[in-house]
Amino acid sequence: MVGLALKDVGAKYGRRTVLADVSMDTLESGSVTAVIGPNAAGKSTLFKRIADLISGPGLVTLSQTEHGSRTICYMPQDTGANAVLTVYESVLLSAKQGGGWKVHDGELAEIDDILKALRIEDLAFRGLGELSGGQRQLVSLAQALVRKPEVLLMDEPTSALDLHRQVEVLDFVSSLARRRGMIVLIALHDLNHALRYCENTIVIAEGAMAASGPSDEVITPEMLRDIYKVTARIETCSKGQPFILVDGTA
Amino acid sequence: MASEAIPAEVTGRDQYRALAFRRIVILALLTIALAASVAVDMALGPANYRLSEVLSALLDPATAGNQLRVVIWDIRMPIALMAVTVGASLSVAGAQMQTILSNPLASPFTLGISAAASFGAALALVAGVAILPGAVQYMVPLNAFLMAMAAAMFIHFASTMRGVSVETIVLLGIALVFTFNAALSLLQYLASEQALAAVVFWTMGSLTKATWPKVWFTGAILIAVVPLFMRNAWALTALRLGDDKAASMGVNVRRLRLETMMLVSLLAAIPVSFVGTIGFVGLVGPHIARMLVGEDQRFFLPGSVICGALLLSTTSVVSKMLIPGAVLPIGVITALVGVPFFFILIFSNRRRAW
Repeated sequence: MVGLALKDVGAKYGRRTVLADVSMDTLESGSVTAVIGPNAAGKSTLFKRIADLISGPGLVTLSQTEHGSRTICYMPQDTGANAVLTVYESVLLSAKQGGGWKVHDGELAEIDDILKALRIEDLAFRGLGELSGGQRQLVSLAQALVRKPEVLLMDEPTSALDLHRQVEVLDFVSSLARRRGMIVLIALHDLNHALRYCENTIVIAEGAMAASGPSDEVITPEMLRDIYKVTARIETCSKGQPFILVDGTA
Repeated sequence: MASEAIPAEVTGRDQYRALAFRRIVILALLTIALAASVAVDMALGPANYRLSEVLSALLDPATAGNQLRVVIWDIRMPIALMAVTVGASLSVAGAQMQTILSNPLASPFTLGISAAASFGAALALVAGVAILPGAVQYMVPLNAFLMAMAAAMFIHFASTMRGVSVETIVLLGIALVFTFNAALSLLQYLASEQALAAVVFWTMGSLTKATWPKVWFTGAILIAVVPLFMRNAWALTALRLGDDKAASMGVNVRRLRLETMMLVSLLAAIPVSFVGTIGFVGLVGPHIARMLVGEDQRFFLPGSVICGALLLSTTSVVSKMLIPGAVLPIGVITALVGVPFFFILIFSNRRRAW
């Protein structure tokens, strides 16, 4: 079992502080947490800070020990589209980082499995440059999953996907989180997804943490008004699932 | 959900193995072509020896006549091999510049490194100024080398500054080209007739200055540097997916870029300081390799080595054949030979080339 905790985590670009004092009690393995907030609030920065891609004050601890970067995998919003690589090669190179030149059958079989699970095996030998935005997001997810991270930080992984794919990916990732005991953080703009798939939600606004806790307690009409400047209601559907109805801007 | 074209039993794994095998075959064919080109290069020259004579001089130097042996071993062979080492060095330098700057226009020539070298050489030829005092005998190549390194370092440190995008880097490189060309023109304007001729000849690039020590030196640098790149093959390939992506795969992007740029500077500066400006190879060699074997550096790197060497070697052959009895400056011929071939590749390639 691993756990991820943040204590007073912040980040700076040059002298400008872009993120400050984000603290979080231990997120346990198998959990899926939403990170929400307006554009440019600092969600991606938080992810990069957790993944140790940028430095800053505060402490990121994984299972009580300070982490090495290999176990925490950040999945950026977009991935290089002009590289002359096939989808298959791009996933392979993610798996092989830090490894030798020789490619083993087991490694290739694993790639086959991941592509199949994400239903992109048909794209395997297409060039990255030939893919649509949504297809690139799925490839990006495959590149992250093949590294078998203990913590997966997904930056708006569904922003370019159609409705079917959105549901499919979020279902897949949350079930994989439980199966592998992986800690997943997802930056989301669709708050209904946060309500449905994420036990916990962290709200980031203007470079600071505005709220955190169980998703249905954090996502409230008040929060939507204060953070997103919209008037909205949280209704309950006939199956007992909460959903957000937006009436207009506040 | 297998596509109709592919039978169900063919897995991605099989297809990948087939792809890798195809690439190895391509690399092998290119190597054979290179060997053939070097052989033809040695067989050609103003002194018209028969092929059998050339072969016997190569295989059994002891029985060959003195003149034949000198021509083959001390004149033609250094030139033919210099084409290989210089072409390979410039091509690899261009390949890694394109990789770390993520820009298809990056090459020793377009980033101003060759122009800086020309200026350094002209400084020695025209004004007799040695940047590194003392070594007067090697003033020209040393000046060229030091200026080329300075330009490469400038490009590198500019690229590490915040807010400097890869597009800016290429613009800076082009600015360097113009600056050094202007400075070079000024020197040429002020030069004596004799010095002017020397500068013009130098900037055209020529392999006729090749000697065995230069061949060993450029070859040694190549043999020392390429394995260092090979060691980082996966990381360098990952760089092409973007910095964030590479970093999230565990690549130390900053360090890799610095390390690579240092090595690339050596690879670009040394050949240029020996043979003058040869522009086209560093830009196009890697593009040809990319089209043939893709960008997995395990194939792309050897591909760039062989394509660059082959490009310059065939150019050397053509430069001897165009006007019988004369050897035209290779820097001039490179583009003339390479461009048509490059066009054919671009227009016949169905996939994206960048």
